[in-house]
Amino acid sequence: MEERPSIQVEAPAVPEKIGGEAPAEQGDPKMKAADVNLWYGEKQALFDVNLEMFDKSVTALIGPSGCGKSTFLRCLDRMNDVIDICRVQGDIRLDGEDIYAPRVDPVQLRARVGMVFQKPNPFPKSIFENVAYGPRIHGTCRTKAEFEEVVEGSLTRAGLWEEVKDRLDEPGTGLSGGQQQRLCIARAISVNPEVLLMDEPCSALDPIATAKIETLMDELKENLCIVIVTHSMQQAARVSQRTAFFHLGKLVEVDQTSKIFTNPADQRTQDYVTGRFG
Amino acid sequence: MSDAQVLTPAGTIDWNSDKARRRVRRRYAADRRLQAYGIIAIALAVGLLSVLVASLVRTGFPAFLQTKVDLPIYVDASKVDAEDPASGNYRGLIKAALNKAIPDVPKDQQRSVRKILTSHAAYILRDYVVDHPDSIGKTITLPIALSDPFDQLYKGVIPKHMDALNWVQEEWFERLQNRNVVVEHDGRTSLKLDVYVDPAAVEDGDYVDLARNSLQAYFPRVRDSSLFEMLAPDAPAAIEKAVAEDPAIVGKTVQIYFPVSEHYATLAAGEEPTILNPRFNEAQLAAYDVFVDKGMLRTPFNWELFFNADSRFPERAGLAGAIIGSFYALLVCFMLSFPIGIAAAVYLEEFAPKNRLTDLIEVNINNLAAVPSVVFGLLGLAVFLGFFGLPRSAPLVGGMVLSLMTLPTIIITTRAALKAVPPSIREAALGVGASKHQVMLHHVLPLALPGILTGTIIGMAQALGETAPLLLIGMNAFIPSVENMGLLEPATSLPTQIFSWADSPERGFVSRTSAAILVLLGFLVIMNLVAITLRQMFQRKW
Amino acid sequence: MIGYVLLVLLVLAVVSYFLGRRRAVSAVEGREQELHSRPSYHGAFVAAWVGLPSILFVLVWLLFQGSVIDNLLLASLPAGTTDGLTAGQTSLLLSEIKSVAAGNIFGEPSATVLEAAERYNRWQTIARWSMFAAAVSIALMGLALAGGRISRDFRARHGAERIMSGLMIACSLIAMLTTLGIVLSLLIEALRFFDRVSPIEFFFGLNWEPQIPIREGQVTAGGAFGAIPVFAGTLLIALIAMLVATPIGLYSAIYLTEYAHPRIRAVIKPILELLAGIPTVVYGFFAVLTVAPAMRQFGEMIGMPIAPNSALAAGAVMGIMIIPFISSLSDDAIAAVPRAMRDGSYAMGATKGETITKVLLPAALPGIMGGVLLAVSRAIGETMIVVMAAGIIATLTANPLKPVTTVTVQIVTLLIGDTEFDNPKTLAAFALGLVLFLVTLALNVLALHIVRKYREQYE
Repeated sequence: MEERPSIQVEAPAVPEKIGGEAPAEQGDPKMKAADVNLWYGEKQALFDVNLEMFDKSVTALIGPSGCGKSTFLRCLDRMNDVIDICRVQGDIRLDGEDIYAPRVDPVQLRARVGMVFQKPNPFPKSIFENVAYGPRIHGTCRTKAEFEEVVEGSLTRAGLWEEVKDRLDEPGTGLSGGQQQRLCIARAISVNPEVLLMDEPCSALDPIATAKIETLMDELKENLCIVIVTHSMQQAARVSQRTAFFHLGKLVEVDQTSKIFTNPADQRTQDYVTGRFG
Repeated sequence: MSDAQVLTPAGTIDWNSDKARRRVRRRYAADRRLQAYGIIAIALAVGLLSVLVASLVRTGFPAFLQTKVDLPIYVDASKVDAEDPASGNYRGLIKAALNKAIPDVPKDQQRSVRKILTSHAAYILRDYVVDHPDSIGKTITLPIALSDPFDQLYKGVIPKHMDALNWVQEEWFERLQNRNVVVEHDGRTSLKLDVYVDPAAVEDGDYVDLARNSLQAYFPRVRDSSLFEMLAPDAPAAIEKAVAEDPAIVGKTVQIYFPVSEHYATLAAGEEPTILNPRFNEAQLAAYDVFVDKGMLRTPFNWELFFNADSRFPERAGLAGAIIGSFYALLVCFMLSFPIGIAAAVYLEEFAPKNRLTDLIEVNINNLAAVPSVVFGLLGLAVFLGFFGLPRSAPLVGGMVLSLMTLPTIIITTRAALKAVPPSIREAALGVGASKHQVMLHHVLPLALPGILTGTIIGMAQALGETAPLLLIGMNAFIPSVENMGLLEPATSLPTQIFSWADSPERGFVSRTSAAILVLLGFLVIMNLVAITLRQMFQRKW
Repeated sequence: MIGYVLLVLLVLAVVSYFLGRRRAVSAVEGREQELHSRPSYHGAFVAAWVGLPSILFVLVWLLFQGSVIDNLLLASLPAGTTDGLTAGQTSLLLSEIKSVAAGNIFGEPSATVLEAAERYNRWQTIARWSMFAAAVSIALMGLALAGGRISRDFRARHGAERIMSGLMIACSLIAMLTTLGIVLSLLIEALRFFDRVSPIEFFFGLNWEPQIPIREGQVTAGGAFGAIPVFAGTLLIALIAMLVATPIGLYSAIYLTEYAHPRIRAVIKPILELLAGIPTVVYGFFAVLTVAPAMRQFGEMIGMPIAPNSALAAGAVMGIMIIPFISSLSDDAIAAVPRAMRDGSYAMGATKGETITKVLLPAALPGIMGGVLLAVSRAIGETMIVVMAAGIIATLTANPLKPVTTVTVQIVTLLIGDTEFDNPKTLAAFALGLVLFLVTLALNVLALHIVRKYREQYE
């Protein structure tokens, strides 16, 4: 594919940005990955990935399916630890601290780095209990009032409070897909994480629900570092300040979102964003 | 692990606070606890299985050997008629042979000494002589099985002498010793006890209760009358003697020395009191020791266990009848459930229209698989025996009941095997113009056959271990000979034989039962191994 | 004799297969391709018509021959012989006649019996030969009927396949017939029982003493059929079994699905399943041989008397048998919880233990409940362990150290050695059987329903 002669194709019209061109690279990165290699058994899935993710901004990871973007995302909160055959090498830092250091407890790490998945996965419990799960296991709330405060706050931030405030006792699985995903976001932010990882959070949702989530991300990024994996270039262009393009397990290019979509440095990025493959 | 100062505090959680660290430690401890519970649970399950197998092997192993004595027997021509060897006085020959082997047995003990040998000894000799008529007039050496108690004795399962006191009784005595109540008095080991010499008892001349009460005072919580066996029979007389010596003690509490009974005296002397095992008497043991000293006893492999039919005497009881009975029942079960099961499965899987009736049949089959086996026994009893009047205890009926129980298993596994045959094969055959039946017979069934056979063998293995229904239709008959066995004759089976033997009081049957279980488990293991091999041999990747 | 009859019929069927084939070929003068169906189908069609009806006839005949002759024989006895005889005495008389007929004469049989025996032998012979003649003529009729239809255009394949389908349908109906047979036989005998003993006494009575006099003059208790102590004993033993099996099974399943290395799982799982493959009579003997004496000794040690056939020993051993049911069904239920639930929980920073107890177990609860219910049904219906290790006397107690009896124990003890269905003692076994069948059926249906609902939830 790389050998393909470059044909000048007009860059796609960059959709109207919700996030705006907020200055992204200010100071130290919130998370920094250096020379990350990852193997599933014998098969190497990531090759020397170097990426910086900044606070109060959205970093989008794009690329064709199987390119390793989700795998990389799962490295950031050590979710790959759960898989026996997975082996990670390299240096990933949160606020300058190595998260793979032996002294770091993945349980604490994951409280600081929240995650939202491709398919909404509310627990088969009530809406209230879904959101209260994090505070409950981490012991951040004690009294019923504290729980109610956190649940209301998280649901409000996730833009779901008004829709569910009268049925907090109903099972979370009874909500619509978009509501479920926002419930999962509320669950993830209930313990005030510093980083929020989102793995194609809108791929199972309809456009209206997607729009709601995107607006929500824009609001949340004011206090958070958000990293989102998406297969939709439009979404990446709409919500993110920086975009990283992955291909075959390698990070091809990372830059300001506007630059990636208008004037990428690498030919493969150019081909991908213009829809030649992927 | 919770040493987390690496990560800076954030949000509402201060991971560096002691409280947070303690909490994390607690959470991980809970996690480890859960894991430990899991390991304990598995260890328990596996441990219990091993205890089961180990206790069966330990008790069952001796039954695979049989103690026999090589007894030289003079086949006296005057007692056996060469013309008609079957009706000789073989009992007398055995008697003579025993008297020769163990001389000097008093006349009145000879009878009990003969009980060392199996009660069947005369028949063993008769069968041998009938087979070898030329032995008449000669001395032959014939291995004769020992009777059950001596078989067990030689194998070390039961001892010659037993502890006279159990450990509870020994503990009682020890308690008294620790309180310095046990003393030597008048050359006898005695208990120095406080006795209230009740005037009423003195009047009656009944001192037994007085003695007992004074002993009981040391064991207020023990409610076991065997406690009083500690006192020698003449212990109450000690009170009588004391009263006679000094009548003033009546109505007072005094110390009196009570002699202890013989076994406790032995215990006090630092020895272990023993009694002769009640199964034996001295004359028998003396005779047995002669056999042992002369090296006449040996324990060859117990082939009789497999080739003899049942018997009331453990040393003669074997499994042949049970194995044949089980074989017949399984044969009937297979002949019925294999074709019927396959036909039903093929119909339900390949031909049946989807309607209420077939749904009902499906639900039915699933539920039938979970009906308690004893209910099938009731069905067999009421329908096969009661309504159709088929003979009781017959393997035919047993097999029919078992086949009703294995049918669901076979149908379910056959359907799974048929499902596993890919549709492409059906389509290919249909495509060249074969009818649905032809596709089934020529293509699908042969491909599914290994799976079907595996399921059938597993179903048969279940049927082999099934006991309750056979019990209800009476397939636990006592079969002392395998000559007259048939589909309609009374029979027994391996599991019901195990049940009958487990119920028998003789010590030898305990180990025979375990041995029979090992044989049954052996058959099950073989059947399952065949099933697994079959599955692996024909495992196909489509 | 019967074997020979069946053999003759089989030979006839095989012969007619070839006859049918030959006839089909000759019908088209050897040009086989003109036939609608291949010649072998013609043969099979004819063979089926020859073999099936006649063999079926023989089987039906055999089923009824015995009871028909018995009844004829009783009817032919001189008037008054059977008056005033109980069913048991009548069957004794019958078996005396039969043993005389077979040539085993004990003592001095009466003239009536000798006469009847002779008649019995004569009728047996007549019956046998008439069955043979009828069967063979049915076979020949089938041959004529089916053979006559063979022609160039006869669709023999369709005919043969229709017969095959019919046979298959009949086979699948056997499962239905079995259930029907169970329900009918239990119901009929139970109703006969309730004719003699009121259902109110049976279901609410507190006194169970079924050993009533069978013969006159036999000294036994009066006979009481209040089944509450029996039901209570069953529940007590089942409860003990579940208390042993549920924690062990559930924790094993949790460990095997969530913590264990795949290789350990591959070894341990079959070992646990082995527990389910051991015949229950083996468990019963294990209880008697090892567990009960061990418990007794332990009880002696701590000064607590434990009965040798205590509910505890029987229940505990039954629990061991049930472990694999719980563990494998819980295993399935936990494994069926989608990966996304685990991910969601881990991503929140939950430990493995928290994920299991707070997310997986609640999610898998219906499946686990279904498994537990199935196990309860097993425990209630289990027979051999309790027959060997539990008590026979029905006592109403909740003390697990005392012996109690169960429904299955009573069924077996009431029926062993007794075949007469005319006294409340044996009929009571069927009433108990009916209760047992209905309860286990209800539990199974409920459990399967819950499990199925649960599977749908994640599909």
